[in-house]
Parts: sequence; structure tokens; C-alpha cells
Amino acid sequence: METWRDLILAPGGARGETSPPTVAKVLNTFLALFMLIGAVWLSLVKLNYNWNWGSVWDYRESLFRGWMMTLGITAAALVLSTIGGFVLALCQRSFVLPLRYFAKVLVEMVRCTPLLVLIYLIWYGFGGVFGIGNDYRFTAGILILTLFEGAYISEIMRAGIESVGKTQIESARAIGFTRTQTYRYVIIPQAFRQVLPPLVGQLVSLIKDSSLLSVIAITEFTESAQQVSSITYSNLETYLPLAGGYLILTVPISLWSRWLERRFKYET
Amino acid sequence: MKLSFQEVVKRFGDHTVIDRISLELDGVHCLALIGPSGGGKSTLLRIVAGLEYPTSGVVALNGREIEYHDEALLRHRRSIGTVFQAFNLFPHLTALRNITLPLEKVHGKSGDEARELAEGTLRRFQLLAHAHKRPAELSGGQRQRVAIARAIAIKPQVILLDEPTSALDPEMTAEVLELIEELKREGRDLLLVTHEMGFARRLADRVALLAEGRIAELGPAEQIFGAPESEVTKGFLRRVLKY
Repeated sequence: METWRDLILAPGGARGETSPPTVAKVLNTFLALFMLIGAVWLSLVKLNYNWNWGSVWDYRESLFRGWMMTLGITAAALVLSTIGGFVLALCQRSFVLPLRYFAKVLVEMVRCTPLLVLIYLIWYGFGGVFGIGNDYRFTAGILILTLFEGAYISEIMRAGIESVGKTQIESARAIGFTRTQTYRYVIIPQAFRQVLPPLVGQLVSLIKDSSLLSVIAITEFTESAQQVSSITYSNLETYLPLAGGYLILTVPISLWSRWLERRFKYET
Repeated sequence: MKLSFQEVVKRFGDHTVIDRISLELDGVHCLALIGPSGGGKSTLLRIVAGLEYPTSGVVALNGREIEYHDEALLRHRRSIGTVFQAFNLFPHLTALRNITLPLEKVHGKSGDEARELAEGTLRRFQLLAHAHKRPAELSGGQRQRVAIARAIAIKPQVILLDEPTSALDPEMTAEVLELIEELKREGRDLLLVTHEMGFARRLADRVALLAEGRIAELGPAEQIFGAPESEVTKGFLRRVLKY
């Protein structure tokens, strides 16, 4: 049986080399959640907030449709931005200079622009191409997210490719691999292990960032919540489920990313 | 092995690493390159391996001039087995796969053929028990022996070894040197850069001492180690054999 000391102090003291016992992990996680929820609750008691869950419950289907839309947009953007990011990473290392600098400039511009600004710029700037209208909102949203997250993913992948040692590339050359074979059999398989945990972590950002698409009236989760909120004159009754809906998507992925990081760290 | 260098120069920027080296060797089975660090031994080996372009000069191996452009070099590298000091193997692949991958993808062998060849080589080197281990699970000596197995599995015209034991402790060094000696006995042609003077003396039929990008002395091992003529050789051997 643990003493109270084992429950609040990590074994090994400040060095913290060993993991605390499971009981302590669970207990402290709940303690943290309890304090956070408690703080919100106390503040609401002080506000004397008038709860009105019933009216929001009537719009649950509309919220759920928004949540599904967010899921669809992020799933599509995930696939496209991973492919796009990979291609951009390869372009950044290309020996064809116009290609290399196009990729570098694009990645840098996108990474240095706030997503909200980028959404407005693309929506209004390329509206002529998309044709501003409801049919294209969904596509435009996916493309904007793809561009934004693709720039970050390309940097993650570039770092992964560069993490493969020069000696490995030298070995591949000595064996007589072509450039393509070197990428295919040596660089990519090794870079993949480096890249997977941050790539999965980026997926969390992608899901969160998709909420900004509400500003161009794409009826994803956040936009649906805003609509419900304005119809029912309720705030917390919509925004608390909104936060919960995002957490359902993001927390498991974030934990998965941490797990991958630990696993690959111990293997090498 | 026939090896010929004509006025070969290699510069990195302003730094001349190989300074007009010329040599003609014929019927040599094991050439050892020795000398102080930074003397140009590894660069010379890498030029023969087709991994480095000479700045000027002509290099020929077994009567064929090495053409220093991408396509020809690719073919040239495929006819040669090169082993570096360390990190030869691909860490994400097993020992067996490390050997079969180039056999299949570079030398066009079928999967079965490649596996048979690789297993045969591993068996001969008493490494078959480790065939399914990844490099991280092998000792340093085992890793180098697998790397050598990979180099000879492709039946190269010559095997180039660039300080193959410099990263190993003495016991593992012995295990790798024994294997190299066995290759020599099989009649394979070797070009070896090494700091193991005793080994070079015993194994090599020609020894070249490189210092400051030039060949200070080239001759049979008995001459270089027994009765060196050049002052550079004498000085170098005095320093390295002192302890």
C-alpha cells in the first residue's frame, strides 16, 4: 500500500527518472480535472447562471451534423495535407532550383501568416476560381486547411528526412542504389519512424484549426454551435458541448502521439 | 587486381587532399594504405570506390578507366564492395534483409536466389544465427562482419575496406581481421585503409604510405616495415610503433 508520499511525489525525487505508480497517475489526473471543473463551477455559481439545456437539446441533430462535417473536412484535409506536405518536403530538397525555392517560399509564407488571415485571403482572393457559393464552401475549406497544415507537415517531414544520417546515404550510394532507390529503401522507412509522432500531433492542430473555417460560413462544428447559440439565446449550454465534441476527437489522438513517441524512443 | 593512377589530384576548396598521385600496380591481391590521419588514404579509397570525383587525373581499375559521371559511376559502384568504419548497415532492416536488398534491387536477383546467396554467405561467416536480428541487436564486430558479407555477396571485382576496425574494441577487431584474412586466402582482391600496422604487415602484399596527399613510399610489406627508405615512413612508423 502506498503512503501519501508515494501518491503526490514522483519516485526518485526531482530527477524523476521512473514513472509514478498507476494509482498515483490516476488519482492526480482526477485531482487536476476536479480542480479545473471546480473552478468553472464556482464561477458559474457566483454568476448565478440560468441553465437552459432543454432548448439546446432540441438542436442536438444540427450540432451532430456540424460535428460530422468537421470530421469529414479534417479527414479529407489530413490525407491531402500529408501527401502535399510530403511532396513539398521533397521539392524543398530538389536539385531543380525553381522547384526548391517555390516550395521554400510557399512554406515560409503560409507558416508566417495567421490561419484566419489566410482563410480570408484565399476565400476572397481565389473566390473567382472556386466561385463563391455554397457548393464550393466545403471544397474551399478542405483546400485552405490542406495548404496551411501541409506547410507545417512539410517541415516535419523535411526534419525527418534530414534526421537520416549522412552515413546511411553514403552506404546506399556505395551499394549502387539510385537516388530514387535510396529514398524508397533507406531514407523514407527511417524518416517515417521519426516523423510519425509529430505528424499525429499535427493532426490535433488540424482538427482544432478547422474551427476557424466558421468565419466563411462553412457549417462545421463551431459554426453549427454558433447558429444554435444565437437561435436559443444560450451560451454555455452550446459551448460546453462544443468543447467536449472537440476533446472527443483530439484527446485520443494526442495520447496516441505521445504513446508513439515513447515507443520509438525506447526502440532506438 | 590492377590499379593505375595518373597524376590524380583531389581538392576540397583550397585544400589539396590528393596531390598528383601516380602509381601502377599489377597482380596485387591486397594493397594496404597506411599513414597519418588527413594524409589522403580514405580519399584515395573513396575515389577508387566511385564515391568521390577526382579534381583531375585518370584512375583505372583492372584495366578499365573509371569514368567520373553519374551513370557510369553507378555501374562502377555496383561492381565493387565497400565497407566503411561504421554504420554500414541499414538499422531498420535485419541482417539478412541488409544483404538481400541490394541483391534484389540492384543486381536483379529473385527473392529466393537472393535469400539463398545471403544465407550461404552468413553461414560461412558463422552469422546465420543472427540473420533475423537488426543491427542494434548485434555487437560491433558482428555488424562489421555482416557488412563484409553484404559486400562480398554481390561478387565484387574488388573489396574496399575503409578503416573497418577503427570503431571496434580489440576483441571485436580480432574477429573482423580474421574474417578479412579469410577473404585474402580465398583469393579476393582487397584495398584496405588501416591503422592496424601488424595486420597490414601480415596481410598486404603491397603497402603504400600516404602523407600530405602524396605517396611517401610504396613497396612490399617487408620493405615498408622492415627496411623503410623514406624519412616520412621512418618517422611515421617510429611514432605509431612506440607504444
